[in-house]
Parts: sequence; structure tokens; C-alpha cells
Amino acid sequence: MHVPLRISLNGEAHELPSPVTIRTLLDSVGIDSRKVAVERNLVVVRRAHYDTEMVNDGDEVEVVNFVGGG
Amino acid sequence: MDAFVLAGRTFTSRLIVGTGKYPSNAVMVQAHDASGAEMVTVAVRRVNISDRSRESMLDYIDQARYTLLPNTAGCYTADEAIRTARLAQEAGLSNWIKLEVIGDERTLFPDNEALLEATRVLVKEGFVVLPYTTDDPVVCRKLEDAGAAAVMPLGAPIGSGLGIQNLNNLRIIREFARVPVIVDAGVGTASDAALAMELGADAVLMNTAIAGAGDPVAMARAMRLAVEAGRLAYRSGRIPRRMYATASSPVEGLVGR
Repeated sequence: MHVPLRISLNGEAHELPSPVTIRTLLDSVGIDSRKVAVERNLVVVRRAHYDTEMVNDGDEVEVVNFVGGG
Repeated sequence: MDAFVLAGRTFTSRLIVGTGKYPSNAVMVQAHDASGAEMVTVAVRRVNISDRSRESMLDYIDQARYTLLPNTAGCYTADEAIRTARLAQEAGLSNWIKLEVIGDERTLFPDNEALLEATRVLVKEGFVVLPYTTDDPVVCRKLEDAGAAAVMPLGAPIGSGLGIQNLNNLRIIREFARVPVIVDAGVGTASDAALAMELGADAVLMNTAIAGAGDPVAMARAMRLAVEAGRLAYRSGRIPRRMYATASSPVEGLVGR
């Protein structure tokens, strides 16, 4: 039986059918990768590595962008 | 006005403005324009996954015109602030960070111990660290020794609009510091900004005083003029204060004497 991967995405439970790249994850939730920064398990993933760095079961992923602030 | 050099970059404007709490993004864009600012602060927050329609602040900031200064607002530990700074660096492709480590929820006063710790770590990583701090000359000196590119003492609590609460501390900070002093937080109206500059601040950073004003665009212009006026006055050598009057008109040649 196929067991989905469970990750945490911005603090919420998120399921993936299989390990995916950072880019595929961002695409799947409709996020423009040019305007965000991504952290996986407390380490920033460089933008140049979105196509090669994978998201695996149990990973904690944070996706942030800029909002108004002082 | 004389140029403002910060971490090797030259600015014409000595006013740094925020991007929070404006009635609309359109008003913010106009206010930024009216302020003459060349640097704007932004905050770093989680992308809302379920509401993908939400726009990025970057859509409203012309990065050819404004230098982005991301902050670590809302961070309560050195680790949180360091983590946020690293993410900001990746999102904005710049190593400049307005470092905030908050120590108290009601006053939003900084936790200077954690601030120093985070400054040391980020400076080592190559960041241009601009720490928001209390108006304490000793803390400012420690931050400078830790490699901060400027010190950013508060005039009053964030968003309070109380104006400069401790004039003498700011004077002493200016006298001690070998890095730029940027008064960050507490400004309520134009005279507060002018006063900060007259005391010798190299620049003023504000958000709420403009964004929360009845007419943010007009207030942005007022702040621009106040910062310029204050800077000019500071460099012009003001007259000493005297207890009694000294006549402006000649005392000789009065009619009938």
C-alpha cells in the first residue's frame, strides 16, 4: 500500500505522494518561488538549489515572504 | 543636504520609512514617494498557504529606487532573530538586516543581551547589522564593538508617538558612537524628527508616525522636511541658550534719545 509522506509546511500538516524537490512543493501550493525564502529543518535552502534539494518524510518546511513592517 | 553614508553606501535621504499599517498599498506608495526615503523596512512572515492570492510587499516597492531593509520584528530570542535574518537574506538577496530582539510584549523594549548575541553571530556571517536598541550609551558601545554597522536607539516605545524621551542620552550616544546613529521608533510628529536630527542623529527611522497619520502622504512630506531642517540646523551651529534677552536691533541711534 502506498503511504503518503507527512511534512510540516508553515506549521501545518501537509501530505505529499512522494519525495519532491523544493520547487515542486512550491509549485504544488501555487507559490511564486522568486518572492519567497525557504527553510528546511531550520536551514535556509538557497534559491539555486530548489530543483535539487528534496523534501522528505518528517521534514519541517517554512516558506516566508516580505510583508509590511517597520 | 550632506550625504548619509551607511555601511559604505551613500544615501541622499536621512529618512528611513516602514511599510506597515498603511490604509492601503496605494497610499503607501504615494507616502514613500513624498517622504523622499531611499530605504524602506519590511517584515518577514510565513506565506499564507491557503490564501495564495495574497500579494507580496515586493509588488509595491520599486527596488531600483528603494533599498530593502528587512527586520526581525516579533522575534523574542537571539535564535529566532538569527533564523529570520537568514531567511530575509535569501528572500531579499541582501545582507542588510534591521535586527530586533524584543524583550517585553507591552513596551516592545529590546532584550539587549540577546540583541548583542545575535549581532555577534550575524556580523560573523557577513551581515550588515543595524540593531534596534534602547537609548543606552553603554549598550550602543557594546553593539558597535560587536560589529554593528550603526546603532538604532529608540526615541520612545515603538508606535507610541511620544517623541524623544531622553534627549541627553541621544546626545551622549552621538558623542560616543563611531558608527551612524539612527533614531528608530517613538516619533509622533515632524518636530520629533527634527529634534532627533538636531541632537545629532544621522538618520531617523519611522513607520507608524506616517502610516497612522490622518493623511499619510502629507505627513510623509512633513517628515522629509523636518529631517532636512533638523540636519541643517545641527550642522549650522545653533546659538547658545541665554537666560535673558539680547537685542536684535541696534541700541544706538534711537529716535529722541
